[in-house]
Amino acid sequence: MENEDGRFLKLLHLDLPLLLGLLAVSGLGLVVLYSAGQRNLDLVIGQAIRLGLGFVIMLTLAQVHPRHFRFWSPWIYLVGVLLLLAVMAVGDISKGARRWLDLGVVRFQPSEIMKLAVPMMMAWFFAEKPLPPRWPHLLMGAMITAIPFVLIAAQPDLGTALVVGSAGAFVLFLAGLHWFIIVGLLGILAAVIPLFWTFVMHDYQRQRVLTFLDPETDPLGAGYHIIQSKIAIGSGGIYGKGWLNGTQSHLDFLPEGSTDFIFAAFSEEFGLVGGCLLLTLYFYIIARSLYMATYAPDTYGRLLAGSLALIFFIYAFVNSGMVSGLLPVVGLPLPLFSYGGTSLVTIMASFGILISVYSHRRTLTR
Amino acid sequence: MNFHHLFAKRPVDELKTRDKDNTAESELFFHRVLVLLLFIFLSLSAVAGRLVFLQVLNHERFTTLADSNRVRLQPLTPTRGFIFDRNGVLLADNLASYHLEIVREQVKDLNKTLEELRQRIALSDADIERFHKLARRSPPYNGIPLRFQLTDEEIASLAIDLYRFPGVDIKADLTRRYPLGSRAVHAIGYVGRIDEGELRKLDPGQYSGSTHIGKTGVERSYEDVLHGRTGWQQVETNAEGRPLRVLSRTPPTPGQNIYLSIDIRLQAVAEKALEGYNGAIVAIDPRNGEVLALASQPVYDPNPFVNGIDFASYRQLNTSKDRPLLNRALRGVYPPGSTVKPLMALAGLDYSVVNRYSGIFCPGFYRLPGVDHRFRDWKRGGHGSVDMDRAIAQSCDVYFYDLALNLGIDRIHDFLDRFSMGRPTGIDLPGEKGGLLPSQDWKRRVHRFGWFAGDTLSVGIGQGYFLATPLQLAHAAAVLSQRGVDFQPRVLHATEDPSTRTKTPAAPRALPPIAVKNPRFWDPVINGMIHVVEGGTAHRIGIGAKYRIAGKTGTAQVFTLGQTEKYNAKRLARHLQDHALFIAFAPVEDPRIAVAVIAEHGGGGSSTAAPLARKVMDAWLLDKYDDDSQSTGNTPDQDAAPHGE
Repeated sequence: MENEDGRFLKLLHLDLPLLLGLLAVSGLGLVVLYSAGQRNLDLVIGQAIRLGLGFVIMLTLAQVHPRHFRFWSPWIYLVGVLLLLAVMAVGDISKGARRWLDLGVVRFQPSEIMKLAVPMMMAWFFAEKPLPPRWPHLLMGAMITAIPFVLIAAQPDLGTALVVGSAGAFVLFLAGLHWFIIVGLLGILAAVIPLFWTFVMHDYQRQRVLTFLDPETDPLGAGYHIIQSKIAIGSGGIYGKGWLNGTQSHLDFLPEGSTDFIFAAFSEEFGLVGGCLLLTLYFYIIARSLYMATYAPDTYGRLLAGSLALIFFIYAFVNSGMVSGLLPVVGLPLPLFSYGGTSLVTIMASFGILISVYSHRRTLTR
Repeated sequence: MNFHHLFAKRPVDELKTRDKDNTAESELFFHRVLVLLLFIFLSLSAVAGRLVFLQVLNHERFTTLADSNRVRLQPLTPTRGFIFDRNGVLLADNLASYHLEIVREQVKDLNKTLEELRQRIALSDADIERFHKLARRSPPYNGIPLRFQLTDEEIASLAIDLYRFPGVDIKADLTRRYPLGSRAVHAIGYVGRIDEGELRKLDPGQYSGSTHIGKTGVERSYEDVLHGRTGWQQVETNAEGRPLRVLSRTPPTPGQNIYLSIDIRLQAVAEKALEGYNGAIVAIDPRNGEVLALASQPVYDPNPFVNGIDFASYRQLNTSKDRPLLNRALRGVYPPGSTVKPLMALAGLDYSVVNRYSGIFCPGFYRLPGVDHRFRDWKRGGHGSVDMDRAIAQSCDVYFYDLALNLGIDRIHDFLDRFSMGRPTGIDLPGEKGGLLPSQDWKRRVHRFGWFAGDTLSVGIGQGYFLATPLQLAHAAAVLSQRGVDFQPRVLHATEDPSTRTKTPAAPRALPPIAVKNPRFWDPVINGMIHVVEGGTAHRIGIGAKYRIAGKTGTAQVFTLGQTEKYNAKRLARHLQDHALFIAFAPVEDPRIAVAVIAEHGGGGSSTAAPLARKVMDAWLLDKYDDDSQSTGNTPDQDAAPHGE
């Protein structure tokens, strides 16, 4: 069927099935945002402009040949780590965390770069190594991931740290890490955590972890978001209350209803049917991305593309799981849905890289 | 799931081009992708399952919860506590004031309404900008303030046809007021609007309804006590979210009232006595550390600061060369001059460098062994033969040059440190400075050169690098009067629960007493200070006193206050007069007040500063407040022959 798609898309290095999936989700997102944002058209227009910008970035990166990404991988990673260290030293504090770097003209979060830089660096590192990875390479790969992970977690920005950490872990997994090593590491982790819990942690630290895992024990503090979010979702029922008819989000009971908790506002109005449709769309995008990754010409492209696809999955899963009370509260937006620009740019950039890897396969391997 | 079929078109053959076994790696990757797809499918299915659990199985429960979810929490702002002096004279209260508020959803054409309002009352662009800024963060059914502090005329002109402006309303709130204006402003301080920086540090729950916070003085140091605890009410709202009725209410706990240890009458005496000078007077009750008066001249009116002082007035206050905003009592640092001599004498006794009878011949100058330079005594012809008592009473510099040299700077430092010199006394007011008590260590750290013997001589008469605040000097006088019993100075006398009117006195904060090797060492020092007033450098203030005073004059050469300020440096070139200092306590037999006076460029400590201290002590000990002319008449201001030190 690809032969029939017309030369235009091929000229632009675009992948129609992926593009349709992305457009479907972001279009639905704009519709939901109009309702969740109290019918504020400015909000929707702002988000539409950001999305447009994101698509432009994706389109641009799709034209770049993967060998350029590969060449620049270690440098981008190095600069990213240096910027993270700069944030530690002179970063701006906002909402209690030190994440921002003020460059005079713009403020930006260097941790955002690492969402791309870590998969790129990991793929670059393992591209030339024999696979499945041996022990020394495995340790080196763990270091590459752990350094930015620790720096970001210390800001503290647990959500981004989680994304960066799992991106690295997924590269290891995709590189073919032996099952017995995986099982062994999980086993060690399972053994260490109870010891850590009993002997190292203080009472107040344990309490903090417990609240984190079960926020509903603190209904006026951390649990308020989750309780309100569950009420919004649950009261939506199978078919939902209908667009613009959600009471919880409109009466301000649902905090952050247009940003991190937009999934609850969506589920309230579109019900189980809408929720399952959105989850299916996400699964479709992820599956298509992974499919494209298997077509990559070399190990670098494969590992990078696969890992980027999985970052998207982490966003979608962690956010929907958190909002529905399945997972602890971690500040990650719902990709292509939540209002806000920083992570949107990164996500669209990652799709740009993914498309580039996929669409340059023939010219590269000839 | 037949994934294998889905991916069957992989161009496997194209991949066999590299050194590594690309085909094998590709194969491995493919298998891993399959595993991950399964994992992803299961994860997203778990979320879907969770949705089923919430939206199907528990739908009824959450629908009920959503329907009853019409309850909001609203903060109830507590009333800020009042401030009184020690006798219950009101120093700060809250006055009802009025501001204009707009509920946007009830206004048809917001811009037209704003334009029409503008024709009636003064509305600045800043007001409108703030209104729009607040409006963006608030739902349309909430009232947004447009103008604060409406005048009576404005209220009158608006009230008549307010009906023509639906959604516009005049609301009452409370504004902090300082009825005595500038009196004791440096102790009381003022409140102001919460700024962005403070907002980030504050407990959002406690300050969700508050607009003001203490900025300086007691208003700041006792912010926690004065603010009170914010209450909450649960309000049931209709479907649009408008409040219908109050369901439950946790009333706010109003802030505690505060009684200062300051006697506002004594404060008035001190401030008036200082009028015409820049300077400070601090009076302390030595028996418990309570500050009785804390005067700093010049003063300013705190009332304009409450709702934001206008730029021109602020600039005038801030750039005035007299620096009225500076709290000289605890932030002005001055060379203490001869007022430290009693402490030096005590140090000499404690380290057994001298005894009370050791004498020295004062020829009018002092010379370091092997150095030509003459360190001069203030008295050109010298004091002749002096012992400790005469050295304090006549303020003989040569005696203390010699004493300081024998003590050495480090022992001086260690001893005076015990009297809180060179470090803040810890008074319960913000921003206190610690002055500077030099040591060899300090000089090595800060200056390029090491310590010289000449430096020690200067410190011995309270000059050179030595700097102290008026509060530190008053505190030292208080400790001297109590022979080492030490209380931390404080301005809090009591707190009061405003509802029950029960007062809780503040406990004195006793510090470990300052012990000297022999308790009799205090006697010659205190006797010397008595003889300062009875026949010594300050003999004129002893005339006609109905109680016995122990004191010490001081005259500090001028080059200090301006150490950090260019303004002052220029000014000092015109004003080359010395700072006048005096410390005292009285009555000698049972000291009830300790005073420190500093009059910048006042000339001599004995001619200028001592009479001011006498006025304050007379007022406190003899209860002489009523008539100002009377209290000035008590200490005749004779222009005596220059009587420096």
